[in-house]
Amino acid sequence: MSLRIVVAVKYVPDATGDRHFAEDLTTDRDAVDGLLSELDEYAVEQALQIAEEADDAEITVLTVGPEDAKDALRKALSMGADQAVHVEDDALHGTDALGTSLVLAKAIEHTGYDLVVCGMASTDGTMGVLPAMLAERLGVPQVTLLSEVKVEDGKVTGRRDGDAASEQLEAQLPAVVSVTDQSGEARYPSFKGIMAAKKKKVESLDLSDLGIEEDEVGLAGAWTKVDSAAERPARTAGTIVTDEGEGGKQLAAFLAEQKFI
Amino acid sequence: MGEVLVYVDHVDGAVRKPTLELLTLARRIGEPVAVHLGPGADTAQATLAGHGAVKVLTADLPEFAEYLVAPKVDALEQAVAAVSPVAVLVPSSAEGKEIAARLAVRLGSGIITDAVDLESGDEGPVATQSVFAAAFTTKSRVTKGVPVITVKPNSAAPEAAPAAGTVEQLAVTVGEKSTGTKVVSRTPRESTGRPELTEAAIVVSGGRGVNGAENFKVIEDLADSLGAAVGASRAAVDAGWYPHSNQVGQTGKSVSPQLYIASGISGAIQHRAGMQTSKTIVAINKDPEAPIFELVDYGVVGDLFEVVPQLTDEVKARKG
Ligand SMILES: Cc1cc2nc3c(=O)[nH]c(=O)nc-3n(C[C@H](O)[C@H](O)[C@H](O)COP(=O)(O)OP(=O)(O)OC[C@H]3O[C@@H](n4cnc5c(N)ncnc54)[C@H](O)[C@@H]3O)c2cc1C
Ligand SMILES: Cc1cc2nc3c(=O)[nH]c(=O)nc-3n(C[C@H](O)[C@H](O)[C@H](O)COP(=O)(O)OP(=O)(O)OC[C@H]3O[C@@H](n4cnc5c(N)ncnc54)[C@H](O)[C@@H]3O)c2cc1C
Repeated sequence: MSLRIVVAVKYVPDATGDRHFAEDLTTDRDAVDGLLSELDEYAVEQALQIAEEADDAEITVLTVGPEDAKDALRKALSMGADQAVHVEDDALHGTDALGTSLVLAKAIEHTGYDLVVCGMASTDGTMGVLPAMLAERLGVPQVTLLSEVKVEDGKVTGRRDGDAASEQLEAQLPAVVSVTDQSGEARYPSFKGIMAAKKKKVESLDLSDLGIEEDEVGLAGAWTKVDSAAERPARTAGTIVTDEGEGGKQLAAFLAEQKFI
Repeated sequence: MGEVLVYVDHVDGAVRKPTLELLTLARRIGEPVAVHLGPGADTAQATLAGHGAVKVLTADLPEFAEYLVAPKVDALEQAVAAVSPVAVLVPSSAEGKEIAARLAVRLGSGIITDAVDLESGDEGPVATQSVFAAAFTTKSRVTKGVPVITVKPNSAAPEAAPAAGTVEQLAVTVGEKSTGTKVVSRTPRESTGRPELTEAAIVVSGGRGVNGAENFKVIEDLADSLGAAVGASRAAVDAGWYPHSNQVGQTGKSVSPQLYIASGISGAIQHRAGMQTSKTIVAINKDPEAPIFELVDYGVVGDLFEVVPQLTDEVKARKG
């Protein structure tokens, strides 16, 4: 039987742009160009490698996001994923992590899966919580933050480099995996891949397709509320000196004045 | 005042500093109750009580080490049921965030991650977050369920506040679904003898400008003269010059020390995301146009191989 892989990818505002909040304190997604979160490219890459190793596998990329989030799906399809699912609904505006995990879990169940692959964190919210939440909601093992991953004989194994130790993990499929940016560079889409992606299927789903009520998600249904967002005051311009042989000593004098030495 | 559960991050009972910060923050919103999982609760008790824990709930099951994350979530969920806290605070480590994430789903509670400050409010605890690579500061609340909040290291200065710290056994049943991910083997990180990167008061980092693994000695010497931790940019890590566990930035550690010294680092947005909340920032870079200089309190335009060793010598001389 075919190995069904679902890769969850997020469409995010470009981190090198001038990111802002909109008036309702949600991320302003109009001000800055969006793209496939760079950290999710690693997830797509590992899914492709797992699929290449398997006899028979099918990769579905899944995103929850606005209309333009299709760009992220196209990019993943052009890298080599087989098909895509886009959950899009106006009622999703302002959904928080708990809500997003609910929608993603329902969409993953709707699609059917043996393996879910996520990135380590998004580049906008940067929470790094969705993979654990998905494992919890789906009731399957969580095999996360892997810098090495392998799927064989219905099992997923991998290495997790934590703060205190490096761990070797193992779980039976179905499972939820997340991979770090140490897992291996992501491939660039080839011209052929880009052309082929245009013909691949993108299924659009809304909340009713997933049996989710509107008031369970969005700003109104959120479990958290942002009360205020303030631009951090620019740091006051510091002193900059050019080293003419005494730079290290000058710096030491500054550190002493600041009581660091 | 209600009770606030504080998840204890420790190594065999040696309590890590971020937990003491959490206890300090917890006292602003209620009475801290520490949850200590794994061995060493008796060792940890004095430290936890000394920083305000009225109770220490403890459980030591082999499952905590044998399986990933989920058994700890079971324990914390059962602690919540036993205590009915007004909030649950967890250190913002990679594992801490995952524990908090699953707990939030189970409790049907909202979650806030990476808080840098916490205060009490009329409608529950208010968390401050530093977002978009520290370009914005937000204040947020959890509006449903028991607030689950993860807090970044160096968010508060730990305060001594003697309390009873009565040790109580927590009865924990590990769920059937919580033993799905086996930890087959574990290789502890070698200790460098230097302070923990995320906890250090001073961090000295090197980037591509360091130009080679052997040259990192220049950075390490400065770090040692200051009693600092060593950090690295992703460029230096990707080049194989320094371990990934020392990477500072979006996909590495997020640090917020009193003093951050960047040498041969340009200051890309992803690097800034991990260090921009440092109190004092110093940079050494030969390019006067390097973006890192936009952040600094003090910058030296020059060759790091000239400036850094001179600084190290001067620090040693001044310290006597
Ligand atoms: C600055 C900022 C701060 C925020 N703070 C909070 C907060 O404290 N609490 C809260 O509840 N919400 C918060 N949110 C909202 C939250 O980011 C979103 O709800 C988001 O969908 C989930 O969190 P994340 O982006 O951090 O994902 P992460 O948990 O970092 O994402 C990990 C992985 O999950 C997958 N994934 C994540 N989102 C999607 C998606 N939409 N579609 C498909 N796959 C996805 C990807 O594989 C990704 O690599 C915040 C948002 C922003 C922009
Ligand atoms: C999704 C994503 C995540 C990322 N995560 C991270 C992260 O976590 N951490 C991180 O650091 N980066 C991260 N990056 C990479 C980041 O974009 C930069 O590429 C990286 O930070 C550059 O490292 P650097 O400053 O050391 O190198 P460079 O940008 O090459 O800068 C080197 C600097 O050294 C100076 N220099 C050279 N020689 C000397 C000398 N002899 N004396 C003094 N100065 C000298 C140069 O003038 C230059 O400014 C990420 C990127 C992406 C896309």
